Amino acid sequence: MLRLEKRPNPSKFWQYGTPVVAVALTMIVGGILFAFMGKNPVEVIRTIFWDPIFGEFAFYLRGQLLVKAGPLILIAIGLSLGFRAGIWNIGAEGQYIMGAICGAAVGLAVYPTESRLIFPAMVIAGALGGWAWAMIPAILKTRFNTNEILVSLMLVYVAQTILAKASTGFLKNPEGMGFPGSRNFSSFPAAANPELIAGTGIHWGVIAAFLVAIVGWVILSRHIIGFQIKLSGQAPRAARFHGVNPSRLVVLCMGVSGGLAGLAGLFEVTGPAGQISIDFNVGYGFTAIIVAFLGRLNPIGIVFAGILMALTYVGGEMAATNLGLPAAAIQVFQGMLLFFLLGVDVLTNFRIRTAILGVK
Amino acid sequence: MDFGGINPVILVASLMVAAVPIMLAALGELVVEKAGVLNLGVEGMMIVGAISGFIAAVATGSPVVGFLAGAAGGAVLSLVFAFLTQVVLANQVATGLALTMFGLGLSSLMGQGYNGIKPPLTGKVPFGPLADIPVLGPILFAHDWMVYASIALVAGVWWVLRATRLGLIIRAVGESHDAAHALGYKVNRIRLMCIAFGGAMAGLGGAYVSLVRVPQWVDGMTAGAGWIALAIVVFASWRPWRVLIGAYLFGGISVLQLSLQAGGSAIPVEYLSMSPYLVTIVVLVIMSSGRGRASLNAPAALGQNFHAAR
Repeated sequence: MLRLEKRPNPSKFWQYGTPVVAVALTMIVGGILFAFMGKNPVEVIRTIFWDPIFGEFAFYLRGQLLVKAGPLILIAIGLSLGFRAGIWNIGAEGQYIMGAICGAAVGLAVYPTESRLIFPAMVIAGALGGWAWAMIPAILKTRFNTNEILVSLMLVYVAQTILAKASTGFLKNPEGMGFPGSRNFSSFPAAANPELIAGTGIHWGVIAAFLVAIVGWVILSRHIIGFQIKLSGQAPRAARFHGVNPSRLVVLCMGVSGGLAGLAGLFEVTGPAGQISIDFNVGYGFTAIIVAFLGRLNPIGIVFAGILMALTYVGGEMAATNLGLPAAAIQVFQGMLLFFLLGVDVLTNFRIRTAILGVK
Repeated sequence: MDFGGINPVILVASLMVAAVPIMLAALGELVVEKAGVLNLGVEGMMIVGAISGFIAAVATGSPVVGFLAGAAGGAVLSLVFAFLTQVVLANQVATGLALTMFGLGLSSLMGQGYNGIKPPLTGKVPFGPLADIPVLGPILFAHDWMVYASIALVAGVWWVLRATRLGLIIRAVGESHDAAHALGYKVNRIRLMCIAFGGAMAGLGGAYVSLVRVPQWVDGMTAGAGWIALAIVVFASWRPWRVLIGAYLFGGISVLQLSLQAGGSAIPVEYLSMSPYLVTIVVLVIMSSGRGRASLNAPAALGQNFHAAR
């Protein structure tokens, strides 16, 4: 019989080893899944993980990688702070949408004025929009002890209806011939978020993501706030004796993650998406949860995890067009990755022992 | 007898139908939480139940087979959660989220090619002349059998939890897994079975959405019903009969907003369609705050994994 034995300390080796094992296992089981769907598993895996970096169209796809990784990293770093402290903000998708709407509204309000101040103002409005949307579950939790998981998730659905209203109503392009969707930011230079270096996919959002990763790492490993976050997650009682104010921490973690999600939304809507439309959001807020765990809730790890997850998006689109792989298969693939990650994590905290019958 | 284009009798009759999916899912989750496990994957299990039930019903032409397949689909998916949280002791919150994301993807993968097909009709229970009684007839005696089955299941769960040895064991495991372990109960095995029951109930609820409530297959058609079911468990403060009340309340709101939309009310459609989610938040706030805190009634070991040291 196999038996689990708790390790006195988490294994350092497996802490870094598990993501690698999980990715490998996902590729194997995913490959079996693709084989069942009548696709050549080796070809699909190669299309998803190899071609975007080294394949024929890599010069274009490598840029797409950063475009997709930027928002994922931004959101995931915010979420990881809360997850470490046991504060579960899973409504990042809603905060992402609200950030995009608020930021875009500021820009569209002054259309077609040209000023250098417009884009920075939009960035601030975007972050504030996401922050405010995250403050709802945060305040309800600290004031009324309401479960932040359920409230933040409910607000995603509310945000989606507001987005529908925005793209067909108050932010609709007046010159759009009645089509839903706002004005396109690519024809409004003062508010646009263009590719900064041609061919790399780097826009302001990607730069922000890398900056936030560095700041996040410094805060978590060097600042007292980072210490308090980690302490609250690992030993809530000890944290209280240390003088950590749990309410303050909830407001801080939710606020930061909401603000970052709002920023990601704004950069997306002004750059790659181009306009507010009913479905400009593609679930980054939910995928970022996987990214946060895959990166072991560590800002530097999250950067790598974000790029890897972006690979599944870019490669998945390639597989969809070239091999006819349904888009849902990629979603299954991403969900499976999180399963394996959580499952393999047992090796970090436990030793697996084979116990001979009758002997303990 | 109409109020603003809404007939109250039809409203009550249709809210009983609208409440079935969330009632079933919430009832299953209640048992799971009573055993001390927080499974946030209800939405994922529901949608997988919806598509498995739909596929089976279309293939066999029998709604009964469809409902059974829906329950089986939900239960199988929940076993993934059970394995991860009970055998390899993964974090329950994260695993539940993973289950929802995986379930949403899996269902849309399974549902390829099933859009726009009508499932076989689930018949109404023939009550004969009873259905012709004014007011009471359409409310009480004009539904399909799942409506009655869901109420019977509430009664069954209430009785098992309250009055049977099995219920006592489940509650013991959820209140103090250490004490239950010391008494010789296999904590993780009992939890595993409760999780499978919860998965089957969520799958059944999902199958009801795709076979009766809508009835067809649309990607992501449960639209947060699983999350509302989770909220209803809190609203019900872990009591089965209050799950029924909660489900009827939410069924009522979703039916009311739909008929207001259809009746061309002055309130914009967007605000109406966000109302169930907003009401959920308001209800959660009311139930979680103040002295009558629902959380006081929460199972003590909720969300904690159990690892027998010896």
